[in-house]
Amino acid sequence: MGVAALLTTLFAPLAGAAAIALIQRDQKRAIWTTALIVTVFTFIASLFLLPGFDMTTAEMQYRLDVQWIAAIDAGFRIGIDGTSLLMVLLTTLIMPVALLSSVHSIKKMEKEYYALMLLLQFGMTGVFLALDTFLFYVFWELILIPMYFIIGIWGGKDRVYAAIKFFLYTLVGSLLMLVAILWLSFAAQQHLDVFTTDLLKLRLAGPLLAPDLQMWLFLAFALSFFIKVPLFPFHTWLPDAHVQAPTAGSVILAGVLLKLGTYGLIRYNLDLFPQTSAELSGIISALAVFGIIYGALVAMVQTDIKKLVAYSSVSHMGFVVLGIFSLTVTGVQGAVIQMVNHGISTGALFLCVGVLYERRHTREIADYGGITNVMPRFAVLFTISMLASVGLPGLNGFVGEFLTLMGAFVSPFLRNPWYAVIGASGVIFAAVYLLWMFQRVMFGTNDNPENHHLRDLSRIEYWQLVPLVILMIWIGVAPRTFMDYSEKAIQQVVGHVEHFKLGGAAAHVVPTEPGK
Amino acid sequence: MHIDLFGSMPLVVIWLALGAVGIVIQAFTKGESRLVYGYYLGTLVLTAVLAALTYSHAGSTFGGMITLGGSAAVFDVLFCAAGVMTMLAARDYLERHDANLDEFYTMLVSAVAGMMLMAHARNLVVLFVGVELMSISFYVMAGFLRTSIRSVEAALKYFLLGAFASGFLAYGMALLYGATGSLDYAQIMTTVQQGSALYPTILAVGGVLLAVGLSFKIAAFPFHQWAPDVYEGAPTVVTAFMSTAGKAAAFSAFLAIFAALMPFTEGGDHRPMQMALAVISAVTMLIGNITAVAQSNVKRMLAYSSVAHAGYLLMGIVANNQAGHSAIIFYATVYTFMQLGSFVIVGLLERKNDGFLQLEDYAGLSKRHPILAGVLALFMFSLAGIPPFAGFWGKYFLFYAAIDGGFTWLTIVAVASSVISVWFYLGLVAKMYFAEPSGEGHVAPSGLAGVTLAVCTAAVVLLGIFPGILNRLVGIW
Repeated sequence: MGVAALLTTLFAPLAGAAAIALIQRDQKRAIWTTALIVTVFTFIASLFLLPGFDMTTAEMQYRLDVQWIAAIDAGFRIGIDGTSLLMVLLTTLIMPVALLSSVHSIKKMEKEYYALMLLLQFGMTGVFLALDTFLFYVFWELILIPMYFIIGIWGGKDRVYAAIKFFLYTLVGSLLMLVAILWLSFAAQQHLDVFTTDLLKLRLAGPLLAPDLQMWLFLAFALSFFIKVPLFPFHTWLPDAHVQAPTAGSVILAGVLLKLGTYGLIRYNLDLFPQTSAELSGIISALAVFGIIYGALVAMVQTDIKKLVAYSSVSHMGFVVLGIFSLTVTGVQGAVIQMVNHGISTGALFLCVGVLYERRHTREIADYGGITNVMPRFAVLFTISMLASVGLPGLNGFVGEFLTLMGAFVSPFLRNPWYAVIGASGVIFAAVYLLWMFQRVMFGTNDNPENHHLRDLSRIEYWQLVPLVILMIWIGVAPRTFMDYSEKAIQQVVGHVEHFKLGGAAAHVVPTEPGK
Repeated sequence: MHIDLFGSMPLVVIWLALGAVGIVIQAFTKGESRLVYGYYLGTLVLTAVLAALTYSHAGSTFGGMITLGGSAAVFDVLFCAAGVMTMLAARDYLERHDANLDEFYTMLVSAVAGMMLMAHARNLVVLFVGVELMSISFYVMAGFLRTSIRSVEAALKYFLLGAFASGFLAYGMALLYGATGSLDYAQIMTTVQQGSALYPTILAVGGVLLAVGLSFKIAAFPFHQWAPDVYEGAPTVVTAFMSTAGKAAAFSAFLAIFAALMPFTEGGDHRPMQMALAVISAVTMLIGNITAVAQSNVKRMLAYSSVAHAGYLLMGIVANNQAGHSAIIFYATVYTFMQLGSFVIVGLLERKNDGFLQLEDYAGLSKRHPILAGVLALFMFSLAGIPPFAGFWGKYFLFYAAIDGGFTWLTIVAVASSVISVWFYLGLVAKMYFAEPSGEGHVAPSGLAGVTLAVCTAAVVLLGIFPGILNRLVGIW
């Protein structure tokens, strides 16, 4: 059942996109309903991954291995471990929410829009499932095309610029990654005796490569992922893309797309090049910490709410990268849960901004004030989402940030508590910019006449936010429900790094077929 | 002399059909006739089928002057397919430009015959005959719109520079003959392998001149200057044909002759020659892509991008291994479909007297004609090498070969120039999708060209998802 659920989760959106292509252009309601049903169905299918999932092992589960291109031993190899399971669930959850938010805001070329959205979901799910460097790359690039159109056609004023910038930035990184993927397979050939793109085999050969080669390969992979995350100083595409994208696009960008980068770091960089990961952990953590502070400071001075949330992403994703490169179980676990958290709470914040924008067609903080009085239901949900993003204990953000900082604090690789100490100040800054923004938008006097009669949340808007808010509280109170899934996988990744770096250079690994 | 009749069938059929029958039929028809059109279409299809049948029937004939089956058969099918697709698109296009004459199809089929001879040639003289037959047909086709100044200019320019290139080619062949005492590829290869050339310097110079001559034909730096002018001025369907099948044909010759001059199976250090070609390849792709960015005319932009693609293709020669040679066949095939398809769309949008070729004219095309815009966008993504389209695999296999051949730096240059190319390929997509339409729209009914587009689209998507289909045919690996 597991494999069937996995395949359904992956291919249902693709089938949905094809179905939408067959619907008449003017049947707007039918198009929207189909898209929504497909995503909800996919979400339910992805829940069927849970019962059969074995939490006591770090092995890839529900594996499927079908030959694809014999010449280079590329295969349609998919499977999940705890980390990818959480990411897949995040994706399938965010998609219906994003589509719900599109019903009133997308008013042209609906058919293309929903088809592209589903295609996007197909690509994102594929990235999380792929166990083949090649398949991974194809899915990775597949995401670019729908996102490019979503920003470019349905985006804001400077959408064309933002779309091309997004595309080019991401492409620069990923083409270098393509060279690295090839090079890795060639280099691994010595150790594996075959040219293969099977990730599970490459994982055995990666650590055996010569140190300088490992370094180059690490950098080529990492650059692509850093751009996607985005890690300072590769973040400049993000504010443009976020601000110009339609609400649903921003929700998916923040909710899932950025996680592809951090997921890649865990799955590829840590696993394939453990020694280099350990060697570079200091520099990368420093960039992450810098990004945390930088993102927060820039967010503080924004006058546009959406831009503020966008920069807060730079800051929050810094925590994730810091957690990953602490190379401790605590830190990486924190990073994984923080990836989920950021997807949920920043996604929710973008939805809230969308709600305001729908009513007033402005995102300037100065145009608002005292909204709480006219939109009380909205105020409650917005407050919780905002506080979750700040990192208030009891809500999800706290768990992730705390764990990543703790991991960085005790890390045997960083060996310096200052990363955590400085990083922690980011939490304070987050409180400053988010609370201040919230105060100016929601509290005070409602003295702008245009704001006097704003509608409160419609039922559709309400139900977009409620599931996210429930999850914020759930993760905040009982994070173990989710973290238990990824624990074994993370232990293995970190153990892998420790084995090669701390366990002495004499470590030898006999390439064997990993257990089925 | 033993003649392998079955294996030679594709060549025999196309030559007989063309020389003996086609021209006779044409003598009895006037202007344009369905009979001639259908006859040539049938000829090309039949030739393609025969070529496909001889694929596994490898061998040689005419005393080793002509090779049969294998990769030559793959090229035959490619040339015939390109010919058929061009013919389908050409009829309505020429009709719109008041130039639909039977002679056009005769020229097209004779160009295909020349290309096939190039792919089959294993003797320098046979190669030269093939090259000339193809080129002369092209000169005529480029100038087919007699009343258009640009078309005539293109033909003349192409003819003058092409004649110059043929001179290089002939001179190179003469020197090779002088150095090795043979015109036969296999003999030349043996001489090179044994290092028994009479005059090694002359051998090297001959090889370089041959490379120069062929570089003209594939439009590689520094002999690419003619390409943009000719591609822009020639009738769009002709450009579609020349820039794809013509390039593929030149590469089929390049492959065979460099397999002899730089045998990778054993012996010899070909590093200097590889290095020189690598530099040419790198500069070609950079120049092509950078110049394309600055173009405002779509036809010219695609012309420069076609120069860049010659640069990518050269990577396969530089790599100097089996993987590289297979990758060239793969890429040439894929490239034919995406580039030909793009030009056919440009031709559909074009109006008489060079109208509607500016980038600006494409603004908002997605609203006026969603299907054409969608297909063109798909070709652009494929040309840019974005998966899951076929162009990606083409690049991938070339990169693979180049890294395997020890040219990682060239791969990085190729990556950089791919990024540059994305700028203008996506610029066109952005124009079609993100800009508002300006002025009134006019699109010619696609007619038979629709078939061409359907085939190209299917090929680009299918080969994108299942590159293994073609891999098996072109690859020993």
